[in-house]
Amino acid sequence: MKFRYLPMTEKDKNDMLSTIGIQSTEELFQDIPDEVRFKDRLSIKEAASEPELKKELKALADQNVNLTTHTSFLGAGVYDHYIPSVVDHVISRSEFYTAYTPYQPEISQGELQAIFEFQTMICELTGMEVANSSMYDGGTALAEAVTLSAGQTKKKKVLVSKTIHPESLEVIKTYAKGPGLEIVEIEDKNGVTDVEAIKAALDDDVAGVVVQYQNFYGQIEPLKEIQLLLENLKKTMFIVATNPLALGYLTPPGEFGADIVTGDAQVFGIPAQFGGPHCGFFATTKKLMRKVPGRLVGQTVDEEGQRGYVLTLQAREQHIRRDKATSNICSNQALNALASSVAMSALGKQGLKEMAKMNMQKARYAKLKFEQAGFKIAFNGPFFNEFVIECKKNVSELNHELVEKGFIGGFNLEKITPELENHMLIAVTELRTKAEIDQFVKELGDING
Amino acid sequence: MLKNWVISMANQKDFPVIFELSKEGRTGYSLPEQDVPEVNLSNEFEDEYVREVEPDFPEVSELQLIRHYTALSKRNYGVDSGFYPLGSCTMKYNPKINEDVARFEGFSTVHPLQETETVQGSLELMYDLQTSLEEITGMHTVTLQPAAGAHGEWTGLMMIRALHEQNGDMNRTKVIVPDSAHGTNPASATVAGFDAVTVKSDERGLVDLEDLKRVVGDDTAALMLTNPNTLGLFEEHILEMAEIVHGAGGKLYYDGANLNAILGYARPGDMGFDVVHLNLHKTFTGPHGGGGPGSGPVGVSEELYPFLPKPVLVKGEDGYFFDGDRPQSIGRVKPYYGNFGINVRAYTYIRTMGPDGLKQVSEYAVLNANYLMRRLQEKFILPFDQHCKHEFVLSGKKQKKLGVRTLDMAKRLLDFGFHPPTIYFPLNVEEGMMVEPTETESKETLDEFIEAMHQIAEEAENEPEKVQEAPHTTVISRLDETLAARKPVLRYYKED
Repeated sequence: MKFRYLPMTEKDKNDMLSTIGIQSTEELFQDIPDEVRFKDRLSIKEAASEPELKKELKALADQNVNLTTHTSFLGAGVYDHYIPSVVDHVISRSEFYTAYTPYQPEISQGELQAIFEFQTMICELTGMEVANSSMYDGGTALAEAVTLSAGQTKKKKVLVSKTIHPESLEVIKTYAKGPGLEIVEIEDKNGVTDVEAIKAALDDDVAGVVVQYQNFYGQIEPLKEIQLLLENLKKTMFIVATNPLALGYLTPPGEFGADIVTGDAQVFGIPAQFGGPHCGFFATTKKLMRKVPGRLVGQTVDEEGQRGYVLTLQAREQHIRRDKATSNICSNQALNALASSVAMSALGKQGLKEMAKMNMQKARYAKLKFEQAGFKIAFNGPFFNEFVIECKKNVSELNHELVEKGFIGGFNLEKITPELENHMLIAVTELRTKAEIDQFVKELGDING
Repeated sequence: MLKNWVISMANQKDFPVIFELSKEGRTGYSLPEQDVPEVNLSNEFEDEYVREVEPDFPEVSELQLIRHYTALSKRNYGVDSGFYPLGSCTMKYNPKINEDVARFEGFSTVHPLQETETVQGSLELMYDLQTSLEEITGMHTVTLQPAAGAHGEWTGLMMIRALHEQNGDMNRTKVIVPDSAHGTNPASATVAGFDAVTVKSDERGLVDLEDLKRVVGDDTAALMLTNPNTLGLFEEHILEMAEIVHGAGGKLYYDGANLNAILGYARPGDMGFDVVHLNLHKTFTGPHGGGGPGSGPVGVSEELYPFLPKPVLVKGEDGYFFDGDRPQSIGRVKPYYGNFGINVRAYTYIRTMGPDGLKQVSEYAVLNANYLMRRLQEKFILPFDQHCKHEFVLSGKKQKKLGVRTLDMAKRLLDFGFHPPTIYFPLNVEEGMMVEPTETESKETLDEFIEAMHQIAEEAENEPEKVQEAPHTTVISRLDETLAARKPVLRYYKED
């Protein structure tokens, strides 16, 4: 069988074998000891032609309920937002997507400059001085912030609010095992971090305090109060995970004295795609610049004094520093950072503000409609685009019925906190129309009884 | 005429950043209607939580945006632009059907927290991919969670750590790494809480068994090995090495960065490896994206199965589901289930090639590499003169004596329209050039590259300044990296 990705012809093969001075390609594999030679044929599915495979995989994809077949009110860290058409056109330019990490700057100025622009936008959004070229996702970015704080302060304890994304919390706990960190979970009160509990847990051994802004329940954490708590503790770092879209309206963590700000840029131009790849970001103060994990792009000049860009401060990184590197990260999410840059550039100053506000307005309208329909709202503090309602039935069962009505319901909070039995976390983005919201509230109200 | 203009814009040396195109009042977006009654948001928020200084995002029209990024793309080089023999990176062709399939709305717009019964299509694909990778690597179970190779390395080492701890073996603090290993290996060992220890290579470029015996001991947690190694040589004493490490109670870790050499010819599981990570963005054609996203699945032996990261995808009677009830698990390594979008591409590729196609991939990757190696040996020093696997390492020592360094030759290759090989790696070769052609390149392309390399070797002898001053044809000349590091400018600032 001939394969379209393999240009080798019989003639090529014979010419090459003769140049090498051997009879068959088998001779090139003689150094693999006979005991470990795989002598069977791989037992995987047979090769499929392009049209057959497309048809088969389309059918598989179509088995999924998705954000185009159903109207979604599910968020919990991954959101259904407007993706400008330009995004996919830009990232589909194969000069971008088929390139490797820009090790040869002379032929990689496009990628390097795009990352430099991404770093700038993340700094602008978060109010921080330095941002890297991207991390795997928001969760691992936050976990790296935790280990960075411990490494930098030489302290072993980190206070983490229980209102951060539960999967981020789990990832932090896994990352903490390597350097042997103690993760102290801080309780919440009325859906926000209990500042008194942070105060009680703060001592000389605390490397960092971690909160999420908006938190997992959609509520806005009192960053000012936490900043005041940490003011007198010179070393302890203030680490804030964010939804960057919310920063189109909210005061950025940088202005509350955050040392490290992380998050996921999925909200800007990246589809949900079943949880990945998304695009983590990592922003810090200038003081931490040489401790940042991952790639950093810097501006410099060429031999003629022209402005250009290179990967820089590489002495932090694994390929130079090996076991002394600040992180082991190598591949990051460059193409998704490009997607987010394009989306942020398309939105611009105005669009960002407008989109953030529209999320807030639509979420408030939905919240009001739920209240009017008799649902109890669990937490009533300031929020961004998510809120929690209390239902009478198990949320997964409700969601099952909602699918039949054409909706993807909110997140079942009982899956993470047994106390929140029958509680649903609802996300309302700018893409939801008034009619969809009205219909959703009605259907859920009917099913809920 | 128009075409020339676009090219000249792309070639413009001091190219504007997008912020410099910005003009107040321009827009490039189209948001839906604000169709709900508005409430006064400021009633809800204290003033200090309402942003005062707006982020300075660019204000550009849609066409300006497209021209900007199109020009940037023209200042970039990918596999679709030309030959990219970057050693250890497996820069093979990225099939276009993969891109189409990953964009099917039924895959790209599925939310990870939907109820399980609504995502069976995604789960079936993931399960089939896992199963295929288990067969290809000879491992018991594969998890798709890790986001990239280095993330997979750390995941695998954390599992090894958990296994030793469960056995009460608390003193296994060392991970052995060959001197030719990728930098991520020792870095991952550190992040997982181990000390990295180096084992030397012998004069043939393989792990020195005597040195291995010397460093191995009851404090050995694992040996991390790439096979074939970064010199492109198969570690033919792999069974003895496995015996030495296992005999001392350590585990064997396989870095799958170089799996492209042995598909269908040998499997890490059969060589005695306990943990394997794969780079789906190398061997299995996930595009590199200018630095990611990747995908770094990890396969384990049965012994390590209980420690897999949570949740584990299983096939039940009523369909596929995630099992989160895993008391011995190392925990979650990533939110959700891995880089699904990249996994779709890898699966599409595996289905395109099938069992025979995958074996041909390695056959031709190795044939191409050996042909290229023999032809380049005519002009360059080949420190390890034997058949290679999918890549090989040349030394620029001969040219260095003429005052031409490997870096210079790499830059000169840019003038011929090629991406250079990986240079100065692995660390145990002086002036190293690590060349990996991959199976998707034609003989004609290899011959053009050979011709360019031969010409550069001649230039090194006859007109060295031509090489030393290269590149001559790129949009920018060599950049001052020292300045970049000494006075870091990591973001754009508006000039007032």
